[in-house]
Amino acid sequence: MAKYMILIYGDAQQWEGMSQEQRQAHDAAHAAFSAAAASKILGGEELELSPMATTLRSDPDDRVVTTDGPFLETKEAVGGFYLLEAADLDEVIGLASQLPEVHASHSGVEIRPVVDHG
Amino acid sequence: MSDEVVAAVAQAHRQEWAHVLATTAHLTRDLDLAEECTQDAYVQALQTWTQTGIPDRPGGWLTTVARNRALNALRRESVLRRALPLLVPDEALSGPEDGLVDDDRLRLVFTCCHPALSRDAQVALTLRLLCGLSTAEVARAFLVPDSTMAARITRAKRKIVTARIPYRVPSPDHLAERVNAVLEVVYLIFTTGHTAPIGAQLVRRDLVESAMSLARMLHLLMPGDEEISALLALLLLIHARLDSRLSPNGRLLLLAEQDRTRWDTRLIREGIGLLTGALHRRPPTRYAVEAAIAAVHAEAPTWQDTDWPEIVALYDVLLQYWPSPVAELNRAVAIGLRDGPQEGLDALTPLLNEPALATYGYLSAARADFLRQLQQWTRAAQAYQEALTLTDNDVERAFLNGRLREIQNHLRKRRTTRATDTEPHG
Repeated sequence: MAKYMILIYGDAQQWEGMSQEQRQAHDAAHAAFSAAAASKILGGEELELSPMATTLRSDPDDRVVTTDGPFLETKEAVGGFYLLEAADLDEVIGLASQLPEVHASHSGVEIRPVVDHG
Repeated sequence: MSDEVVAAVAQAHRQEWAHVLATTAHLTRDLDLAEECTQDAYVQALQTWTQTGIPDRPGGWLTTVARNRALNALRRESVLRRALPLLVPDEALSGPEDGLVDDDRLRLVFTCCHPALSRDAQVALTLRLLCGLSTAEVARAFLVPDSTMAARITRAKRKIVTARIPYRVPSPDHLAERVNAVLEVVYLIFTTGHTAPIGAQLVRRDLVESAMSLARMLHLLMPGDEEISALLALLLLIHARLDSRLSPNGRLLLLAEQDRTRWDTRLIREGIGLLTGALHRRPPTRYAVEAAIAAVHAEAPTWQDTDWPEIVALYDVLLQYWPSPVAELNRAVAIGLRDGPQEGLDALTPLLNEPALATYGYLSAARADFLRQLQQWTRAAQAYQEALTLTDNDVERAFLNGRLREIQNHLRKRRTTRATDTEPHG
């Protein structure tokens, strides 16, 4: 077994602009995913949208610089994640394909294996 | 060592490499170690077969030697290896109900062509691991430095173990799409070999033969898959014409000029036989339609007898299900051959604004040929010059330069005629 992070990317404006019905369908799809993945889900959260993000870097004198917004100023930013445990990549691809973000045109998910320090 | 032994090892390399490597990889769960042991087994064969003779089953002999080497290495390195990520093994064996043979070569091909790997990586891994080409040979085929190709292959192997791409034949509900990915890789290898993008040779035989043997292997292991049969049919029908594409002095011969008695009728019969089954499926598969187009050419006794209306109709089917700018281009050319050069030129015109064809030399070459037939010499010359900037294959360049010279002669003659005409008035 191995751990995988599923990073959910999308356009914050589109997520914010979802109608009541769209939001309900979206949440239902996540519930279906959670039921399918069940105990393989080690964790997962929906994040506040990227305008709510705060980014820290340092200047050449190594002073911490705080900026408003996400690390990368792209239209699509991380909006949520799941941490899964699975046998292999095909199992993760199979499960993650059910996520509603994979099927909306402005969003998608990125699967990253977690480094095993064990 | 005798020539006979060298030839036997070379043949076993072509026919058995994938089997030896795939079986060894199943045991080692480590592609690098499997490659090393497979390589060693072939070196060992050169020595041993010289002394003891060529075994009855060279593949079995090589597999045993490679496995024994692997077992020794595993015993030596067992402590060290525990820390390394390994190939994810196949736990649920695909049963006979899937209609699949339990064969490690299938596991290897689906691992190499996994959609989580880039197309470049899929092609490189397939040629290296399934066809046994050296890294330098793969690099030469795809016009990149050896070091770049070595890095690409290393990175792809690392992704297979790190992301845990399983060493497995996909489940039946994903099989069709995964087979498609494999076939795209095989077809890409074939087309790259059929007209090499660069260099002195028109054809890269090692690539063409690699693609042919991959297609044959897939057909052998999954005989019920119609898309595989159709691709094999397509490759056979194109391959049958390979030897007639060059004149004895090395000039490129177009389909219209080829000596059809040199076409390999055995391959054509085999291709058409496979295709007849594949065409019964509704809707037809993409490779079945492409193979049907190749079959129309293969069955025409002469260029003049080619059934162009049938070819245009088949391109219409292709465009209906799998639209692509290249298929549009081929259809436009077929229209020109059915109706005449002006109609062909008109059909090509809308494609001039197609970004995907902006650097596609065959568009310029096709326009050039229609313009030449229409005796529009100045425009034809421009189109040939454009086509010349878009290919680095020496044989294609020689052909295009030959046509360009003919046209320049016409232009010179016309200038001379005009000069003579105007003299009395001048």
